[in-house]
Amino acid sequence: MAEFFQQIWDSFFQTSSESPGAIAYLVAAVIHCVLIIHVVAVGALIFIWMERKISGRIQDRLGPTRVGGAFGWLQTLADGIKLIAKEDITPKDADAMLFKAAPYVGFAASYCAYIALPFSDGWVAQHMNTAVFFILAVLGIEVFSPILAGYASGSKWSLFGAMREAAQVVSYEVPLGMCVVVPCMICGTLNLVTIGNMQAGSFTNWLAFNDPFTFIVACVYFTCATASVNRAPFDLAEAESELVAGFHTEYSGLRWSFFFMAEYGSMFLVSGLAAILFFGGWHGPIPIAEPIAGVLSLVVEPLLNFGRYVVGFVVGDLGQVTEGVVATQIANLMGCLNFLVKGTIGVTVMMWVRWTLPRLRIDQVMTTCLKYCVPIAAFGFLGALVWQVNDLPTSNDMPVIGKNRFEVRESWVYQAEKELRTTSGDQKSSPDDQQPPFDPHQATGSTELVPQGAFVMKGGAR
Amino acid sequence: MATQVDDARIIEFDVRTDEMLVNMGPQHPSTHGVLRLVLRTDGEIVSEVEPHLGYLHRCAEKIGENLTPRQWIPYTDRMDYLAGMNMNLGWSLCVEKLIDHQLSEKAKHLRVIIAEMGRIASHLVGMGAYGLDLGTFSPFLYAFREREKILDLFEEACGARLTYSYLTPGGATADLPNGWLQKCEAFLDQFEPIIPEYHALLTTNAIFVKRTAGIGVMSGEMAVDFGCTGPVLRGSGVDYDLRRDGEERYTEMYDGYAFEVISQKDGHYPKDHDYPAVPAEAVLGDCWHRFYVRMLEVVQAIDLVRQAIDRYSTASGDWGVPIKLAHKLPKGEVYLETESPRGQMGFYLVSDGNAIPWRVRARSSCFCNLSVTSDLCRGCLIADVPAIVGSLDVVMGEIDR
Repeated sequence: MAEFFQQIWDSFFQTSSESPGAIAYLVAAVIHCVLIIHVVAVGALIFIWMERKISGRIQDRLGPTRVGGAFGWLQTLADGIKLIAKEDITPKDADAMLFKAAPYVGFAASYCAYIALPFSDGWVAQHMNTAVFFILAVLGIEVFSPILAGYASGSKWSLFGAMREAAQVVSYEVPLGMCVVVPCMICGTLNLVTIGNMQAGSFTNWLAFNDPFTFIVACVYFTCATASVNRAPFDLAEAESELVAGFHTEYSGLRWSFFFMAEYGSMFLVSGLAAILFFGGWHGPIPIAEPIAGVLSLVVEPLLNFGRYVVGFVVGDLGQVTEGVVATQIANLMGCLNFLVKGTIGVTVMMWVRWTLPRLRIDQVMTTCLKYCVPIAAFGFLGALVWQVNDLPTSNDMPVIGKNRFEVRESWVYQAEKELRTTSGDQKSSPDDQQPPFDPHQATGSTELVPQGAFVMKGGAR
Repeated sequence: MATQVDDARIIEFDVRTDEMLVNMGPQHPSTHGVLRLVLRTDGEIVSEVEPHLGYLHRCAEKIGENLTPRQWIPYTDRMDYLAGMNMNLGWSLCVEKLIDHQLSEKAKHLRVIIAEMGRIASHLVGMGAYGLDLGTFSPFLYAFREREKILDLFEEACGARLTYSYLTPGGATADLPNGWLQKCEAFLDQFEPIIPEYHALLTTNAIFVKRTAGIGVMSGEMAVDFGCTGPVLRGSGVDYDLRRDGEERYTEMYDGYAFEVISQKDGHYPKDHDYPAVPAEAVLGDCWHRFYVRMLEVVQAIDLVRQAIDRYSTASGDWGVPIKLAHKLPKGEVYLETESPRGQMGFYLVSDGNAIPWRVRARSSCFCNLSVTSDLCRGCLIADVPAIVGSLDVVMGEIDR
């Protein structure tokens, strides 16, 4: 995006520069920030409305029906205005600074994690080769928010909530990490864009259906993700029947709403992560996005060219749109919709669970984690590892429309594999031998360097 | 050098980690009104629970000593506001006992219909609110949806939805309106198939069983010792129900009805074959059993209402005309207990010969049921406190009066 702004800058001031300047980066950063904050904040508005409607329907009620038409679209917005107008109370016994900071810590963490979350092929605020690691690390920071809130509130109920949250989130990060490692292991990368692209094709290519173990791991991941974002039946930190409102008992108004936004932000984040890691990311169940995009681009591309031609009269010749860019972007847009739908389905399942099940007790939550989730995740991890090392058949081997998973790789992995194969004299024929893969959509992985001692899965060398 | 401490308890206090004293209530979401529990907790473990009462005290008994019995009927509604009809019934029977008023057959069957419908409504709230205590919202709404229909029926009969003042000494304020019985039967036909839904959402739900089975176990002896009554007593396996074991004046209402006391005998509940089996984790006298007894009592109440409707439509006599508002009471004292949804609700009346009683007293069932809280909650987790208190199904209005 910085390059794009540099181009605009250059054409405006009639300059030319090799690489984007500081201002271009700044503009790009601001736009990314604004976009993501809208995803989090507007997403929270929509999800809160959805939660009310869904819970209403589950409970044989109507849910909001007044504000903003018959479906109550604007109910959350109206509540938001109410919350802004409410008095901001800081209890007498509270540690004022920490008390005030706590909601923002949670919101900032939830918001930060979105930086590494791709919404479509390459549509990510910051490309990271360690995106999975980054997201897990930042989600780990989020736990500070309830702990700070509970500690600083000066209320015993808040303290109970905070301690529960600390115990719960810290223990659930263990199985969560184990589950997240499995797709990374199969794909040989921590880059979410690459992991998503490797699941292109029909839904059989999705990592959840790769082998039986990954499916188990996907289920465990979803359970642990529900627990780590504090949703029922694991919502002990804010268990209203026991702890009044848990860690946010003493909060009011806007600060309280920041906890909510953080919660719904994290909910979508973990569901989106599940979509990318296990359920094909921005790829639909049937690979029809690219043909449709190709057809649409036949209409859109001439229109755009005409527009540029017309505008060219005023600002000087702009030339034609680069061949194929329009089709790619339309496919990306459809991919983004795919991703949003998948993430929303995950959130909906969480809501469905919340409005159906009773809450677990703290010891039962710990039992679920340490006695069930951790061993099952470890079992799934080992199973997937054995499957991968022994090169057992995966759903990816089936004849499908679209690419084979291992055609999508960062180039250094290819280099390493190639070298490994030449040194070990492996004569196994592979499509990789003929042509090095080049994916024009993919902006990452252009590093030519092969890291020393790079670990290469045998399964990748086919 | 450390100072010499003579009191051994102080050293002990120094060695132990800090215990926290927490107030649960009176403004706490799961204390069923204004119950205040003072918890002494060691982390999540509760070492001591002390219930504090009196936040809903409204001098109901004293007011009763300044009003005639019929004027006091609205105050009985407001004691156990979830089972107003049953409270009306208790007081009416007590007054009728004093003035030795005999009811017609029809009036008795009418009272059975109304009292058992009230029992269903009350147990529905108990069930739904118990779901809330355990953190599930939907059963609460499902329960209220059905209760709403009962309230509609009651509204049609007496004009009120919560504080009915319908049954009065002498009978009832009015006969049932035309077509009421058909509506009532239609409701029962519609309601009975819904009960398995509640069982699916709560009774057999794995998390619900985990949260309630083996929690707050109370033996039959303990329940009797504490004076527990109603579903709390029967949940501990004690076979005692005032509708069968009570005073003649009360039990004659149920004469000839097919009726079994809901309590576990030889590991089985009466008529439990239609409903989920007792899970392996459940111990007799735990929260799960108390809850299950209520659920089965709802089924039984449906059966009783059906029988009562049949009898009512063919019974002879009138629906029971109320006594005069300032009926002169004979000198004497009476005490009568009825089986309200929460247990044994007793009314005591002393008259010195005026229209206004000299002394009125209500014996609360919930008060005794609640008294076991400290013993049941000792050593449990904080999350079990709402589970245990909820399973006792107390109404503070009746305890504090």
